[in-house]
Amino acid sequence: MEHKNINLTLKVWKQKNGQSQGRFETYLVNDISTEMSFLEMFDVLNERLIKEGKEPIAFDHDCREGICGMCSMYINGRPHGPWEGTTTCQLHMRAFKDGETIVVEPWRANAFPVLKDLMVDRSSFDRIIQAGGFISVNTGNAVDANAMPVEKDKADASFAAAACIGCGACVAACKNSSAMLFLSAKVTHLALLPQGSPERKTRALNMIAQMDKEGFGACTNTGACEAVCPKEISITNIARLNQEYLYAGLTADK
Amino acid sequence: MLNSKTPAGPLDQKWTDYKGHVKLVNPANKRKLEVVIIGTGLAGASAAASLGELGYKVKAFCFQDSPRRAHSIAAQGGINAAKNYQNDGDSVFRLFYDTIKGGDYRARESNVHRLAEVSSNIIDQCVAQGVPFAREYGGLLSNRSFGGTQVQRTFYAAGQTGQQLLIGAYQALERQVALGNVEMYNRHEMLDVVVIDGKARGIIARDLVSGKLERHFGHAVLLCSGGYGNVFYLSTNAMGSNVTAAWKAHKKGAYFGNPCFTQIHPTCIPVSGDHQSKLTLMSESLRNDGRIWVPKKQGDNRKPGEIPEEERDYYLERRYPAFGNLVPRDVASRAAKERCDAGYGVGSSKQAVYLDYADAIKRYGHIEAGKQGMHEADEATVIRLGKEVVKEKYGNLFDMYEKITGENPYEVPMRIYPAVHYTMGGIWVDYELMTTVPGLYALGEANFSDHGANRLGASALMQGLADGYFIIPYTLGSYLSDDIRTASIPTTDPAFEAAEKAVQERIQTLMNIKGTQTVESFHKRLGRIMWDKCGMARNAEGLKQAIAEIQQLKKEFWSDVRIPGAIDEMNPELDKANRVADFIELGELMCIDALDRKESCGGHFREESQTEEGEAKRDDVNFAYVSAWEYKGEHQWQLHKEELEFEVAKPTQRSYK
Amino acid sequence: MNWSSILSSSIGKKIVMAVTGLFLISFLLVHMGVNACIFKDLFDPTDNGDMFNRAADYMGKTALIRIMEVVLFAGFFVHIIQGLILEWENRNKRKKGYAVNLGNKGSKWYSRSMGLLGTILLLFLILHWWHFWIPSRFTHAGLENPILLSNNRVSHDMFKLMTVTFSEWWVVVVYVLACISLAYHLLHGFQSAFRTLGLSNTRYIKLINALGVAYSVIVPLVFALMPISMKMGWVGF
Ligand SMILES: Cc1cc2nc3c(=O)[nH]c(=O)nc-3n(C[C@H](O)[C@H](O)[C@H](O)COP(=O)(O)OP(=O)(O)OC[C@H]3O[C@@H](n4cnc5c(N)ncnc54)[C@H](O)[C@@H]3O)c2cc1C
Ligand code: SF4
Ligand code: FES
Repeated sequence: MEHKNINLTLKVWKQKNGQSQGRFETYLVNDISTEMSFLEMFDVLNERLIKEGKEPIAFDHDCREGICGMCSMYINGRPHGPWEGTTTCQLHMRAFKDGETIVVEPWRANAFPVLKDLMVDRSSFDRIIQAGGFISVNTGNAVDANAMPVEKDKADASFAAAACIGCGACVAACKNSSAMLFLSAKVTHLALLPQGSPERKTRALNMIAQMDKEGFGACTNTGACEAVCPKEISITNIARLNQEYLYAGLTADK
Repeated sequence: MLNSKTPAGPLDQKWTDYKGHVKLVNPANKRKLEVVIIGTGLAGASAAASLGELGYKVKAFCFQDSPRRAHSIAAQGGINAAKNYQNDGDSVFRLFYDTIKGGDYRARESNVHRLAEVSSNIIDQCVAQGVPFAREYGGLLSNRSFGGTQVQRTFYAAGQTGQQLLIGAYQALERQVALGNVEMYNRHEMLDVVVIDGKARGIIARDLVSGKLERHFGHAVLLCSGGYGNVFYLSTNAMGSNVTAAWKAHKKGAYFGNPCFTQIHPTCIPVSGDHQSKLTLMSESLRNDGRIWVPKKQGDNRKPGEIPEEERDYYLERRYPAFGNLVPRDVASRAAKERCDAGYGVGSSKQAVYLDYADAIKRYGHIEAGKQGMHEADEATVIRLGKEVVKEKYGNLFDMYEKITGENPYEVPMRIYPAVHYTMGGIWVDYELMTTVPGLYALGEANFSDHGANRLGASALMQGLADGYFIIPYTLGSYLSDDIRTASIPTTDPAFEAAEKAVQERIQTLMNIKGTQTVESFHKRLGRIMWDKCGMARNAEGLKQAIAEIQQLKKEFWSDVRIPGAIDEMNPELDKANRVADFIELGELMCIDALDRKESCGGHFREESQTEEGEAKRDDVNFAYVSAWEYKGEHQWQLHKEELEFEVAKPTQRSYK
Repeated sequence: MNWSSILSSSIGKKIVMAVTGLFLISFLLVHMGVNACIFKDLFDPTDNGDMFNRAADYMGKTALIRIMEVVLFAGFFVHIIQGLILEWENRNKRKKGYAVNLGNKGSKWYSRSMGLLGTILLLFLILHWWHFWIPSRFTHAGLENPILLSNNRVSHDMFKLMTVTFSEWWVVVVYVLACISLAYHLLHGFQSAFRTLGLSNTRYIKLINALGVAYSVIVPLVFALMPISMKMGWVGF
C-alpha cells in the first residue's frame, strides 16, 4: 500500500474530571503515517506530550479490533469518525488529508457524563441490561441445544441485532440522546428467539423504564443512530421494540 | 511436593465420582459466604453468574468500563463441543484425545477429560441464554471444522463467537447484579491479594476513576484475569490485557505454571511500522482456502502479481505435503519465520508472507460456472463468480484486512505474519482449580490450563466457560464447606492494612521516579527482547542474554520511568506503569522457564532440540512435567515439577509430513 | 404497569404523538376533500363555490361531524402539547452540546426539525382559525350575507370569505409557506408514526414510505393550490 506522512492540527477536548470545566486544546502533530490507526496517532501524540512534561490525553480503548465497544471519539462531528461501519480504533489515518484540522470531542449526553478528557461513563447501559436484557436461565437448567429449532431467518436477524457492541455512538449521534437503537438491538436479539419469548413483555417494559430513568431522550426516528452505528444495526429494530412495548403495554394484566 | 488432587478411579469416571462425593454448602450458609472474582471474561462472568445463582455473595471486578468488554469479546472463530451433531464420529473421548495430542502431551489428562465431558453442557447453556449460534435451514445448529481435528465440532456465530458467548455470560451476570447477588466493580484494578493465616481472604483494588485504593474481603478469591500475551508488547490481545492480577497472586505464593508456553498464531496482519500498537488476527479459517508462499529469490522486490508461478515457493506445501497449508499453528508460524529470517520475506518490512486467494477464486469460479451451466465461461467471468463465492465465505475478514492495510485482498495477495496470540502458561492449579494458596483459584486463560504446550483452535472459549459454569460451582463448595464458620473478616484487619500500604508505597515509588522515559517505551523494549529471544524459536544463549537484558531493563524502569499526572485521579499512564512493571518481572521468569525446558514441544521451540529436517523434537523422558515456579524473592524462583502421567492417551511424536 | 406510566414513558409519549398524528393526517384528508370542492369552479365557472359551500354547510350541520370537531380539537391539543414537551425534554438530555454537529451526515434536516416545523404550523393554525373558523362559528365577520345554496338551504358564503382572504398577497405567501412546512412535517411524521406504532416488516415499511411521500406531496400541494388559484383568479367569481 502506498503510504505517506501527513501533518495535522488536532483540537481535542480536555477535561480534568467530572466536576471540572473542560476546554479545547490545540495540538500540531507532524509526520503521521497514513498507515497508522487513529488511536495510534493519539499514542504518538501522548508519548510526545509525556516527554514534554505535559498531560497526555485520556481516551477509552481496549481491543482495537472494533469489537469491545470501548473506544468512543466524536471526530469532526461524527461518532467514530468519517468511515461508515467502523469504530474509532479501526479508523485509519488514510481517511485524512495533509494539513487537515480534526476536532475530537467525547460522547455528549447527560446519561454519559464525562470522566476525563474523552472518556465518558456508560454504566447506564449496564443498568439497562440489568433491568431485563437477559434470559432468566440458571446454569444447569438448559435442555439440549438442538431441542429447540429456530427458524434460520429469525436466528440470522437475532444475530444481526446481537452484533451491537454497546459503544454508545447511537446516543452520541442522536439529537435526543436516545438509547433506543442500543435497547432495540438487545430486545430484538432476545425477542426473536423462542428462548427469549417468556420474558418478552417485562423485558420491553422494564428496559424502557430504566432507559427513561437514566436520562436518555425519546426516539423521534431521525435515523442518525443507524447512520453512525459501527455494527450497522438497523433502525427497523426500533420499530420492533416499539411493537414489543405496545403489545406489552396493552396486554399487561396489572 | 505438588498435589494435583486428581481423584482416583478410571479417567472417564473421575468427574462423576468427584461430583457425587464433593462436600456441599447448604443454601443458608452460602448467603454468608463472600467470593471475590477478578475478571469478567468468559471465565469470570460465567463464574460470577453461576455462583450468584447458587446464592453466594459475589463481588466481581474488571478494569474496563463494563464487564461486557473483557477481552473474550474478541474471539472470532468458534467454540468446540463434543456434541457429535454431525454424526461424524466425534465423542468425549475424541475431543479429549485431540486436545491432549494437540497440546503435545504437556497437559493433565484428568482435567482435559473433564473439559471434554462438560463441553456439551456449555453449548446447551449458551443456547438457553440466547446465544445466536449459526444455524442450518432446518433450524438446528451448524458446525464448522477447525485446525488440528478431523471432525466438525466447532460451534460459531459468524466471526463473533467470543462476543456472543460473552454477551450471554454478561447478561447472566447482570441479572445477578439486578437480583443483588453480585456486586459489580467496573473500572477497578486488583493490585494485590490479601492472605490471612495462609488463606486468600481478599484483595486490594484501585478505583481507576478516583485513584483510591479499596479493600475487599472474600472467603475465597477467583482469578479470571486472562492471559499475558502482552508481555510481548505486540500481540492480538486487547491493549489492557495484563498479568498483574496473576503476578500479584504469584508473589503471594501461587506457583506459576509453564510460563514460557506461548501460542504464536500464523495468520495475523503484519506490523506496518514503529507506531504499531497491536496486531490483528485473521481467522485461522483463511488457511482452508488460501495458499501461502514467498518468492524463490531473496529480497525480491517485484509486486506479487509480477512474480511468475515457477518463481514462487509454496513452502508449507513443499515441506509438509500431507497437511500442506493446514499444519497446526505452531508449525505454520515457525515455517513463516524461517523463510523471513532467511531473507525471503515480502512487503516493505520483509517480515511477511503471502496468503494468496487467486487459486481459490479460480477454483470456486469454475465450480460456480459449472453450477450455473456456463461451461464456456471466459476467464473474467470465472474470476467474477469466484470472487463472489469467496466474498460470501470470508467477506468480513477481507473487509477488515482492507480497512487496516488499505489493500484489496481480492486483487492482491494478503500479507500475513505470525503474532503472539494466547498463553498456555499461567497460575498453576490443581484438579479443583485451586492455586497453591488455599482459597485462591484461577480460571480461564489465567490458569496454566488444559492446553499443554499448544492450544487447538476454539478450545479457549470452551475452557473458560467450563471452568466458570460447570467446574468452579462444585469445586469451590469443597473448600468453602469447611469455611462456613469463618465470619467475614473486617477489612481493618492488619493484613489488609499491610497489603494496602504496600500497594500504596509501590505506587508512590513509581510516581516519585519522575524519570525521562515513557512507560510505553519500556514496554516496547521488553516486547522486543521477548520476541527476539523468547519468541517463536529459543536457544540457551539467547535466553541467557534476555534474562540479563530484562534485569537491566527492570533497573532502568525503576529509576527512569516518567509517569505524568497524580495518584488520586484517573491516570491511565499510572495503570499502564503498574502493569508493565509486572510484565518485566514475568518476562524474566518466562525466559528462565524456557531455558529450563531443553526440549521442543508445542509452541515452545528450542533450537537445540530439533530433528535433522528442522522439526520440533519433544523429550518425554526428561520433560514430561509441568513446571511450577515458586517466587522466592527478586530474580529468584524455585522450580517444582508436576510429573505428567499418561494412562490413556499414550504420547507419540507429532508428524505432519 | 398502569396506563399512565406506560403512556408517559418515552415510547408512550411517542405513541401518543403517533396516534394523534395519524388522526390529524386522516382529518387533513377530509379537510382537503371538502375544500377541494372549490376547484369545481375550474370546470364549471357558474358554480361560484356552490359545491364547496354545500359541503361546508353539511359539515357544519351534521351532529357527528360536530362531535368529531371536539375530538379533533382534543387531537390537536394533545399533539401540540405533547410535541412541545417532547421537544423540550429531548433538548435537555444533552446539556453540553458539540462544537461540530453531525448535521445532515446522519439524518434529514426535517426529521430533526419536527419541533420547529410543528411550531410554524401551530402559528399558522392560529392565523388559519382567525381567518376562517372563528368567523364561521362565532363572529360571522365577513359572512354577514347568507346565500341560498342549490340544495335550497341558506348558508354562510364561506367561498366568498376565502376569495376575500386570499386576495391579499401576504396571506397567500404565508399559506404556501405553511403548506411547505406541512409537507416536510408529514414527510417525516407519516412514516415515523407507523414505526412508532411498531411497523417493522420491511415490505410494509417500504409501502408506507412510498405512501407517506405521496401523501406529503399531494395533500400540501392541493392545499397550497387553493390560495394560489384564488389569488391568480383561476377560481373565484
Ligand atoms: C483475537 C483473538 C481471537 C480468539 N479467538 C478464539 C476462538 O475463536 N476460539 C477460542 O476458543 N479462543 C479464542 N481466543 C482465545 C480466547 O478468547 C481467550 O483465551 C479467552 O477469551 C480468555 O477468557 P478469560 O475469561 O480467561 O479472560 P479475558 O476474557 O481476557 O478476561 C479477563 C478479565 O480480567 C479482568 N482483569 C484482568 N486483570 C485485572 C485486574 N488486575 N483487576 C481487575 N480485573 C482484571 C479484565 O477486566 C477482564 O474482565 C482468541 C483470542 C484472541 C486474542
Ligand atoms: S446500536 Fe450500534 S451505535 Fe448503538 S451501542 Fe450498539 S453498536 Fe454502538
Ligand atoms: S477499542 Fe475495542 S472497539 Fe475500539
